[in-house]
Amino acid sequence: MTMLAPLRPVAGNSFDVAWIRREFPVFERNPGLVFLDTAASAQKPRSVIDGIAEFYRSDYANVHRGVYGLSARSTARFEGARETVRRFLNAADVSEIVFVRGATEGLNLVAQSWGATFLKPGDQVLLSALEHHSNIVPWQQLRDRLGLELVIVPLDSSGGLDVAAFERLLTPRTRLVAITHIANVTGHVVPAAALVRLAHARGAKILLDGCQAVPRLPVDVQALDCDFYVLSGHKCYGPTGIGVLYAKRAILDAMPPWQSGGDMITTVTFERTTYQEPPQRFEAGTPDISGAIGLALALDFMDQVGRTTIRDHEQALTRYARDRLATMPGVSVVGAGSECLGVVSFTVDGVHPHDLATIFDQSNVAIRAGHHCAQPLMDTLGLAATARASFGIYSDESDVDALVTAIRAAQRLFDRPVQG
Amino acid sequence: MDLRELYQDIILDHGRHPRNFGALSDASHFAHGHNPLCGDKVTIFVKLDGDRIVEARFEGHGCAISTASASLMTEVVKNKTLAEADALFQNFHTKVTGGEQIALPAALEDDGDRLEPLAGVKSYPARVKCATLAWHTFEAAMHAGSIAAAVKTE
Ligand SMILES: Cc1ncc(COP(=O)(O)O)c(C=O)c1O
Repeated sequence: MTMLAPLRPVAGNSFDVAWIRREFPVFERNPGLVFLDTAASAQKPRSVIDGIAEFYRSDYANVHRGVYGLSARSTARFEGARETVRRFLNAADVSEIVFVRGATEGLNLVAQSWGATFLKPGDQVLLSALEHHSNIVPWQQLRDRLGLELVIVPLDSSGGLDVAAFERLLTPRTRLVAITHIANVTGHVVPAAALVRLAHARGAKILLDGCQAVPRLPVDVQALDCDFYVLSGHKCYGPTGIGVLYAKRAILDAMPPWQSGGDMITTVTFERTTYQEPPQRFEAGTPDISGAIGLALALDFMDQVGRTTIRDHEQALTRYARDRLATMPGVSVVGAGSECLGVVSFTVDGVHPHDLATIFDQSNVAIRAGHHCAQPLMDTLGLAATARASFGIYSDESDVDALVTAIRAAQRLFDRPVQG
Repeated sequence: MDLRELYQDIILDHGRHPRNFGALSDASHFAHGHNPLCGDKVTIFVKLDGDRIVEARFEGHGCAISTASASLMTEVVKNKTLAEADALFQNFHTKVTGGEQIALPAALEDDGDRLEPLAGVKSYPARVKCATLAWHTFEAAMHAGSIAAAVKTE
C-alpha cells in the first residue's frame, strides 16, 4: 500500500498549496492549467491514483466470497474503506454506510426503497429552489407514481435558502425534506443543523445532499442528526463510480432491498429469498471494490490536510474571488452573502457564458458554463446560463487572478468596435 | 487558433444586433430548438409560399455563435426554395464540422460565402452545436408541416 508523502508542516492556519499541487499529477502533466471546475469533479491526488493501481497489483480478488487469503485481504480492504467513510462522517455504526455509484444513485435508492415504502398519496416532500436535477427528478417520478405533493422552499433575497419560508412550508403532511447542503450553482451553505431540528420537530425525515459540502466542510452526521446523507466520491478527490448513502441504522433496517441479486441475500430458494442486513441488503452484485478503496484514500488525504484547514482555505479563496469579481465593471456575481463556499457563479455584460468558457479556454482557464444541472434554480434567478468558477484544495489566489485576466480579455474581444 | 477567427466582426455584429429577430405572427411553419447542454433556446418562424420561403425570423437566447448563426440563416434562406435552403444547410454543415465540402450551385455561392465567418467553429468541437442549432430547428420546422416541432442538439 502506498503511503502519502508526509505533509509539510504548515504554520498556523496557512495552507501550503504548492505542496498540495505537487500531489496532483494533473498539474504536472498540464502546465499552466487553471482548473476552476472542481464542483463538477475534483482532480485526483497521487495517493488515490497510485493506491488504486497498487491495490489491483497486490490485494485484488472478489469480496465476501473467497476463502483464500487474497480474497480475505481484498474484503478487509473493502470493509476497511467502509470504516474510513464511517469515521470521516462520524456515523454511529459502519452498517450505516452504503456504497453506491454516486449521489444520484443514493438519491434514487432513498426514493425507490424508503420513499416507495413509507410515503402515501397526499404526503408532501419538501425540496428547495437550490437543488441539482438529481435531487428533483427522483422525487418527481415518485410523486407521479404515488400521488405525492412536492413543495419547493424559495430563495431569500441573497439567493440562499429562505429559512423562514422553510419553517412555514413544513406541515404535518411533510414526510421528507430533501435539500442540498451546499448549492452547486451559487455555493450557498444551508443551515443544515437548524433545518434538521425544524424537520424533526414536525415529524419529518430529512435528507441532505452533501455533494458539494463533503469536499469543503467537516461533516458530522451524528451532530447534524440528519436521517440520510449522500455524497459522490469523485467530487471529494476520489474516483468516479463510487459514492455513499448514509442513513440511520433503524431507517435502513426498515427499508426493503432496492436492486436484487447476489451479495444482498442470506438464503435463496426458488420459492423465497431472505435478505441480508444493512448495508449489504442495498449492495446487490459485485461492488466497485477499487472505487471504495480509492474513495477511502481520498478521504485519508483530506484528513491529512485537515478538514477545518480545507474549509478555512475555501472560505478565504471564495471571499477573495467574490470580492475581486464584484469590483469588476460589467461583471455580476450571482447571489450575495458571506455564506457561500467554494463556488462563484457570475455573468459578464455582453458576453454569453458559453462564449466566456471558450475564450477562457484559450488561456487554459477551465470553468463551467450553462445551467449546471439546476434549471429550476436558473429559472428562479431569471438567468438562462451562468459562468461558474469553483475551487478545490489545490486552488489559490493565482487561479482567481488568472480568471480576472481572462474576463478582461473576453471583455476586450467582445467590446471592440466591429464593422457590420 | 486566434480567437478573432472564431469571433469575427460579422459574428459579433449579428450577435449584438440580430437580424430578423422576433416572432412572425403569420408563420406557416415554426419549431423550437434547445441545446440542453448549455440552455440555448431558439424558435424559428418561416412563411412559405408554395415551396418558396418568403419570410424567416427567429426568437430566443443563446451565445454569440448561436445568435449570429440564426441571424445569418434567416437572411440567406429568405426568397429561396426549400431545395435551395437544404443545399445551403448541407454545405454549411460540412463547413462547420470540417467534413468534405459539398459544392453549391453557382446561384447560391454568394449565400454560402456569407456563412463562411462561422467556419471557425470547426476548430472548437464543443461549439459546433451552437452554430447548427438554428439550422436543425429550421429543418424540423419544415418537416413538421405547420405543427410546432421541437429539436434538441446534445
Ligand atoms: C449538489 C449536487 N447534487 C448531486 C450531484 C450529482 O452527483 P453525481 O453526478 O456524482 O451523482 C451533483 C453533481 O454535480 C451536485 O453538485
